Amino acid sequence: MTEDDDIISIQNLNKWFGNFHVLRDINLTVRSGEKIVICGPSGSGKSTLIRCINRLEVHQEGEIVVNGVRLDGSLKNLEEVRSEVGMLFQQFNLFPHMTVLENCALAPMWVRQMPREEAEALAHKFLARVRIPHQAAKYPGQLSGGQQQRVAIARALCMSPRVMLFDEPTSALDPEMIKEVLDVMVELANDGMTMICVTHEMGFARQVADRVIFMDDGEIVEENAPEAFFSDPRSERTKLFLSQVL
Amino acid sequence: MAEWTPKPPRPAPASSVGLGAWARRNLFATPGDVALTVLGSIFIIWLGNMLLDWALINASFSGDDRTACLKPEQGACWPFIDAKLGQFIYGRYPEAEIWRVNLVFLFGFAGLVPMLVPSAPLKSFNIAFLLGLYPVFTFIMLTGGLFGLPRVETTDWGGLLVTLVVAVTGIAASLPLGIVLALGRRSRLPVIRYLCIGFIEVFRGVPLITVLFMASVMLPLFLPDGVNFDKLMRCLIGVALFSSAYMAEVVRGGLQAIPKGQYEAAAALGLGYWKTTRLIVLPQALKLVIPGIVNTFIGLFKDTTLVLIVGLFDLLGIVQFHFTDASWATPETHITGYVFAGVVFWSFCFAMSRYSIFMENRLSTGR
Repeated sequence: MTEDDDIISIQNLNKWFGNFHVLRDINLTVRSGEKIVICGPSGSGKSTLIRCINRLEVHQEGEIVVNGVRLDGSLKNLEEVRSEVGMLFQQFNLFPHMTVLENCALAPMWVRQMPREEAEALAHKFLARVRIPHQAAKYPGQLSGGQQQRVAIARALCMSPRVMLFDEPTSALDPEMIKEVLDVMVELANDGMTMICVTHEMGFARQVADRVIFMDDGEIVEENAPEAFFSDPRSERTKLFLSQVL
Repeated sequence: MAEWTPKPPRPAPASSVGLGAWARRNLFATPGDVALTVLGSIFIIWLGNMLLDWALINASFSGDDRTACLKPEQGACWPFIDAKLGQFIYGRYPEAEIWRVNLVFLFGFAGLVPMLVPSAPLKSFNIAFLLGLYPVFTFIMLTGGLFGLPRVETTDWGGLLVTLVVAVTGIAASLPLGIVLALGRRSRLPVIRYLCIGFIEVFRGVPLITVLFMASVMLPLFLPDGVNFDKLMRCLIGVALFSSAYMAEVVRGGLQAIPKGQYEAAAALGLGYWKTTRLIVLPQALKLVIPGIVNTFIGLFKDTTLVLIVGLFDLLGIVQFHFTDASWATPETHITGYVFAGVVFWSFCFAMSRYSIFMENRLSTGR
């Protein structure tokens, strides 16, 4: 592997919320096309870690380089990184005052300065890909949770991101809707998207992850290939966690 | 095993649908309800009867002076309104120039109606007309002094004209100013934040009368000699600043109701502060606070009557002024004048209220 293949490089990352040390000496590199699943108990810092990658959270120490751009607080670098990194949220966070189509076409039009027709064609293409081509004219409030999350995926894809971050994308969904979202995520993984997923869906981790990362108390406790991670975890802490979630 | 066939739907029992069922449920459900319904009906009939007597049956409709309104059991004295209507609408605006005011009213109406109908075309053109061309046109037409139009001093303006000029200017200025102040109050830059907080708290903390007095009496003392701008203009600025402080707090309420996730989703897509504010935050925040915004507009519309304090005659002021006309001194003149002014104010406010409900329903997107 060469340096050029590293799309995300995190060195000695430390972050505090007030006096609370939430991320402690995190080191992580992600190669282009890699799928990483991050798991761990709540409060372990996993969401905070991926939110640092597009600087929704500001870190105090260490270095984060995304797609060759260093996150150093400059507005230009920030906007460059954010337009290349897509993100999914637990609560979908669609814009309720816009139709599904407008949600998807918004960023291409206003960030990439794409003409409206082109942006809407792009939106239709990705809405078809997440299997909701016929809901384009509806408002998010008229869709089910699973459909909303798939719209959110389409919205992120419209920016042709190099990396997708998933922050517990299925945690707010009813059981029968989890599958429709995971199916789309699996397809995305098979198409070669670089993905970092915070999730409790261990089946998904087994199926698509190249690496599984286990975090606790703001540290990366274990980092392993999925087979080894699930069948033969190295640390006692991981074993305890797996025994509770599997 | 027996085959399952779905039961066909049956119509609801006659006792649960229709007018009779509605009346039973809402008007006559219990003895208490029956009593309330009867008492309420009696009250409404009594009140309606009284109003009808006063406004129509015992009222006078024609006449040229007080003698028309002096019969026993006299009701409303409508000839008073009829005789003074020109004054009530235009104040002391010279009669030969009144066409200018009418033209301003007409253009304002023609610009506003398509603006308020959401499906009307050419919205951006319409906005440009109302916010760009129309104010300039109005200013030139009403004050004159250009293009051969004789000059009309604002001291000669009055009545509904002054009410509308003050209210419309206040409304048009307070919304954008209020939005800017509300955003400024939430700014992360301390200088901007404290400036906005200071402005809002000062203007919200003093009565409008004080602001108007300051504008018309105190302000000239601070201006250099020879600099003297129009009293109406000073009132307009005072009213606009005052109502923008209120508007800022209404808008801030809406801004605070926008979930953090909306900002994060916008940021994650690469939208910056201004684009996020304009495309994501304000459309949602303003929609949420439409009732509050219109409430402020209505309050402002009625507060225009306070310009009387500094010697400007708005609709109510000029109605009251004409009570002193000896040729119309009758026991019913006052009440007729107040009812007329009340109905005019109420019509404008009620129209605003209905329109806000219409917009709320229209902008609702199922959440």
